[in-house]
Amino acid sequence: MSVITTPPAAIPIVAESPATRRALRPRRRRGIRHTLVVVAFLLPSALPLVFFVLGPMVAAAVISLTEWNLLAPAEWVGLDNYANLLGDPATWAVFAHTLYYIAGYLPLVYFGGLALALALNTALKGRSLLRGVYFLPVVTSWIVVAIVWRWLLNPSNGIVNATLATFGIDGPGWWTDPAWAMPSIILASAWKDLGFVMVILLAGLQAIDPELVDAAKVDGAGWWRRLVSVVMPLLSPSTFFVVVISLINGFQVFDQVYAMTGGGPGGATQVVVQQVYDLTFRYGSAGEASALSWLLFLVILAVTVMQVRGQRKWVNYA
Amino acid sequence: MRTTPLTAIGLAGVAVLALTSCSAGGGGDDGPVTITYTNFISNGGNEENLQAIVDAFEAENPDITVDVTTLPYGDYGTALQTDLAAGTASDVFDIEYTNFAQYQANGVLAELEVDDPGVYRGSVLEAYQTDGAQFALPSSFSTVVLYFNRDLFDAAGLEYPSSDWTWAEEQAAAEALTDQAAGVWGDHQPVSFYEYYKVLAQNGGDFLDESGTNVAFNSPEGIEAAKWLVEKSGTVMPTIEEGQGTPDFDTNLFTEGKLAMLHSGIWVFGTVADVPFGWDIAVEPGNTEQASALFSNAVGVSADSEHIAEATKFAEFLTSSEIMVDTRLESGWELPAISDEAELSGYLELGDPENRQAVFDSLDGVALPPVVAEGQQEMQDIMTEELVEAQAGRKSVEDALASAEERINAAIGG
Repeated sequence: MSVITTPPAAIPIVAESPATRRALRPRRRRGIRHTLVVVAFLLPSALPLVFFVLGPMVAAAVISLTEWNLLAPAEWVGLDNYANLLGDPATWAVFAHTLYYIAGYLPLVYFGGLALALALNTALKGRSLLRGVYFLPVVTSWIVVAIVWRWLLNPSNGIVNATLATFGIDGPGWWTDPAWAMPSIILASAWKDLGFVMVILLAGLQAIDPELVDAAKVDGAGWWRRLVSVVMPLLSPSTFFVVVISLINGFQVFDQVYAMTGGGPGGATQVVVQQVYDLTFRYGSAGEASALSWLLFLVILAVTVMQVRGQRKWVNYA
Repeated sequence: MRTTPLTAIGLAGVAVLALTSCSAGGGGDDGPVTITYTNFISNGGNEENLQAIVDAFEAENPDITVDVTTLPYGDYGTALQTDLAAGTASDVFDIEYTNFAQYQANGVLAELEVDDPGVYRGSVLEAYQTDGAQFALPSSFSTVVLYFNRDLFDAAGLEYPSSDWTWAEEQAAAEALTDQAAGVWGDHQPVSFYEYYKVLAQNGGDFLDESGTNVAFNSPEGIEAAKWLVEKSGTVMPTIEEGQGTPDFDTNLFTEGKLAMLHSGIWVFGTVADVPFGWDIAVEPGNTEQASALFSNAVGVSADSEHIAEATKFAEFLTSSEIMVDTRLESGWELPAISDEAELSGYLELGDPENRQAVFDSLDGVALPPVVAEGQQEMQDIMTEELVEAQAGRKSVEDALASAEERINAAIGG
């Protein structure tokens, strides 16, 4: 899974102001020729979307109404899978684990990325190199990252615990201890995605008119005041984008869990998508797995709609 | 939904995909045939040995070409299920004994007409029959034995394990040989479903009751067996924090000379072969009875195959031909499941380990994995998870077994 997965709903993530929207509205009656040209330009991205996102979504909706173990023909069961899932404490547990992941991951990756973006937006020497270095994990395979982090966080001979030991601290069991396994995954995930958040926020920072910051400076605003009252409001569209994307990716967390803990120890890191995988390929319940995918989709859709609605209160498209 | 040009194109595309996938295949004339074979058994070092067997088959059957795909064991199950669901499974594919019942019950395996069933080891062949009909052919079998480091035993002045050892003797030796300060451990046995059903049998217990839909391990024998496994951890065996349970951890520890006794399958003979110390094997110690794990792989023919006759011919060759027997014995690959003991005698002379007779002796008392019609993987996962909870000290053994009993009954209870 890449860092930027396609948002399941076709929601405009960076909304335009009413003025631009009016300007962009197509004039009617352009004729068939115009339509064909537009379609031709849309095809390269529309075809994969149809085949790899919309098609499977529709298929999953149909499969979710059946009992299917991948081997024998599927059997129609109506909404039974949904009823079973909602009545199963395991479903609530995997959603709880996923929310726990998001609660740890989102603040860490956002404020970490913001700090990096602020630091690398200054006239620091070698900043281009640093920007590249911080972005490197983003384009690295999750399997590689997971193996490295498992090694770093190895409870008995990992670098992290060895370093802690030199300060007399007895390091935790990290991924072998149910209480620490999710924090381990959160840490690795935030580290990997930090560069992505940094790049988006950095672009947002550079779009801020320096005159506004300078004006605040002249008015006697200190660094903190300028950050809170000038920079952050002007950065809010970038913040909004990052939060929406990170939340969507957070709900779909899978690769790192699969590679680092496989959902263990004792099911402590069993997240929604890992459960979908296990139900399909280990426990022969592809129908229930599809139903769970749809539940997840509905949750993501609801959360994203709420965010898009809520943005009017705090996102500033000055 | 309004039909826009875009959706029209999309729908047309879906239709085209659907049609092309339906029309794939076809044919069926008597000319040269290509059959496909997907396997995991040759992955990790035996690819060339498999190719030698395939070459011999093609030489004997010039009209049949075999297209081999080899996948790592870890990915194999997922890949096979996906292929079966999509209708793209190979003509011939590997299966394991624990999955046989599930695949057979779901009708994905073709019934096989075997020319000469007598060449197979009867008990292993029967494992792949349902109501007297053959649905897969055993390609190999292997057992789990007790490996030991002779040098460590010599240094401690202890007698080597023998095939009549019991848990008590293993325990005493393991304690004597463990030297945590030097990083040397006395014993290693995985804490998992696959060890548990076996030690349960070694202790006279049953995993399932007679109905086959309820577990029977939450008994005094079962609790004692679970304690035998989990209490090694941290005393004579490294803990999870120290890496126990990660892939190849135990084999590596043994080849580094830091482990005195190792419970593992005969498939690691090759890995252990070049160590700079003396080693040998013995039949695994039992408690009230002797019970060794018997694993077996087999090949099945897809019920959807268009070349069932050719595929069956290849499956038979792959599992019973002389070249296969010779290739497997020479390379130290897993043992062929054939009935002719004389052909296997060469195996005993191969050396390292010296006591290869223990492999055959272990067959005298065998524990087969419990198999259920529904929820096999779930049962295995729950068992391992609960045992590891007890191993890590997060639950008592009694609580873990009670919890496993409840969860597994819910998963397999039909």
